[in-house]
Amino acid sequence: MAEAGPLPFQPSAFVEAWGSLRRHKGALIGAVILLAIIVMALCAQWIAPYDPFAQIPWEGRRGPLTHFDGSGRFVLLGTDHLGRDLLSRIIYASRVTLIVSFTAVVISGFIGVVLGVAAGYYGRWVDAVCMRLVDIFLAFPFELLALSVVAVTGPSLPVVVAVMALRIWVVYARVVRGATLAVKEQDYVQAAIALGASQLRIVLVHVLPNVLTPAIVIATLYVGRVILIESALSFLGIGVPASTPTWGGILGDGRSYLDTAWWIAFFPGLAIMITVLSVNLLGDWVRDYLDPRIQA
Amino acid sequence: MLRFIAARCAQALVVLFGITAICFVILHLTGDPAALMLPESASQKDYQELRERMGFDRPLPEQFAGYMVNAASLDFGNSYHQHRPAMAIVLARVPATFELAIVAFLIALLIALPIGIVSATHRNTVVDYGAMSSALVGQSMPNFWLGLMLMLVFSLWLDLLPVSGRLTYGIEAQAATGFYVFEGLLRLNWTLFKDASLHILLPALTAGLYSSARLTRLVRSSMLDVLGEDYVRTARAKGLPEWKVVNVHALKNAGIPLITLCGIELGLLLGGTVVTETVFAWPGIGMLTMQALQNNDFPIIQAAVFLLAFIFVFINLVVDLVYAWLDPRIRYG
Repeated sequence: MAEAGPLPFQPSAFVEAWGSLRRHKGALIGAVILLAIIVMALCAQWIAPYDPFAQIPWEGRRGPLTHFDGSGRFVLLGTDHLGRDLLSRIIYASRVTLIVSFTAVVISGFIGVVLGVAAGYYGRWVDAVCMRLVDIFLAFPFELLALSVVAVTGPSLPVVVAVMALRIWVVYARVVRGATLAVKEQDYVQAAIALGASQLRIVLVHVLPNVLTPAIVIATLYVGRVILIESALSFLGIGVPASTPTWGGILGDGRSYLDTAWWIAFFPGLAIMITVLSVNLLGDWVRDYLDPRIQA
Repeated sequence: MLRFIAARCAQALVVLFGITAICFVILHLTGDPAALMLPESASQKDYQELRERMGFDRPLPEQFAGYMVNAASLDFGNSYHQHRPAMAIVLARVPATFELAIVAFLIALLIALPIGIVSATHRNTVVDYGAMSSALVGQSMPNFWLGLMLMLVFSLWLDLLPVSGRLTYGIEAQAATGFYVFEGLLRLNWTLFKDASLHILLPALTAGLYSSARLTRLVRSSMLDVLGEDYVRTARAKGLPEWKVVNVHALKNAGIPLITLCGIELGLLLGGTVVTETVFAWPGIGMLTMQALQNNDFPIIQAAVFLLAFIFVFINLVVDLVYAWLDPRIRYG
């Protein structure tokens, strides 16, 4: 950490991280499950047993482990109200969840790191403006912010990503600002200033690489929360448009059939929980491994 | 202390100004708010009329100034649907949301305090691992799913609790305020109290369990911080019983940062009830806003956002002042 220049991402760093991960069973299990979910999302069209959009209304709302003589299907997790195979829909839905969450975390990370470094490095009015912006966005009731944006623009994938990024950049900005303040006082930064390096060079070469660690920790700790938020928005019908299967959306459909077909609401929720749990297990380890002092 | 209070109040005002400004920006995101407010069948004449009546034909800075002045007097216009001031409609739903948030908060505290303390004093034992794993699972669970599953088991399968709403039809007449559980308790009205409690139990559990997961981890880490301090060692060394060391010496000092966290948690519960209220058809601000969304009733959405943000800012202000009063290092720092 102490030396200047880009982070030393040499093979030995990976070997060391792998060694630590192997000792932490919970994080290892989380990593394996997460990897499986990512593979499932990437290969959805080969893994899903049936077409997730194919409606067979007379085979609707049948429980798990049902074999249909008509279509010859065997549905592991049952069918939804339109007779679509629930398992196939849940497999396909993992794509949207992963794409949306990953994009939101990366975009908000970019905004947060830029503003955090600017606030920490330049101080004065830049700092004052950034930190007041942070206060404002922290005080915003998030679900209602999302609601009012969607009320104006209508639900769509970019809007969901933007709304979530609006909330999460704040967390990055605060942590990165603190880290920048600390790095700024380090001898190597002072030395670079004394040598007459340009501001841009100091920020890009000396400050930025050293504040990326906290940003990475925030990212891993927040992926889980972002998945929960995305599912909640889709559940409320203000997330990704209903034509695309999402875990939250399927759950929202299942709500109307809770008394006659509990599995429509149960299994997507289970999928969300398993995914978020594995992300959180992995995230806690990443935090402990890179920098246990960071509080999200 | 006075200077600290003044500075903190000024900061809260800046935040409120910013929030109102963002509300204005959101309303103008598509550039044409009048088109959003009208049904698709509206004629060009209706459109022009609305633009003039709402002032949407004026220059943006002028509209912004007008919007801010109105917001300062809590005027967000009339609801398009009910033709009454939007803020009055939102305020009428405050008791429902408050009651749910407070009961959820009490449930969260009741779970988090004992479990957090025990896990800190029995660090790295089975109890601690069990508690922390449950907290992790609790934080990974989507709360709308938890709500639906509780409803499925306790209301639909076991038929022990009502499915939704705040009271059984016909009992509302007994209540004078909107706080049914507390009113029933204070007036010793058993029917009202029992019915309201049965209705609030599942929604409050749904909202409270997620909070309790987060709070348990916070209570544990605050306790661990103080348990390593010198005065705790001194207290033990002079032979005080362990329960006194933990509950008097340690908890008192761990309690100061916890006040802040509890305040924030309560604020989050108040602002985050949209999902719970939707699942349980709980007639609070969240459900009102969801319905307003379906009717394109913007004044109500804006009034609700402003009010909840105001409450959140206010709670944070009070919490910060209490914190500074308890811990002088903050106000001179």
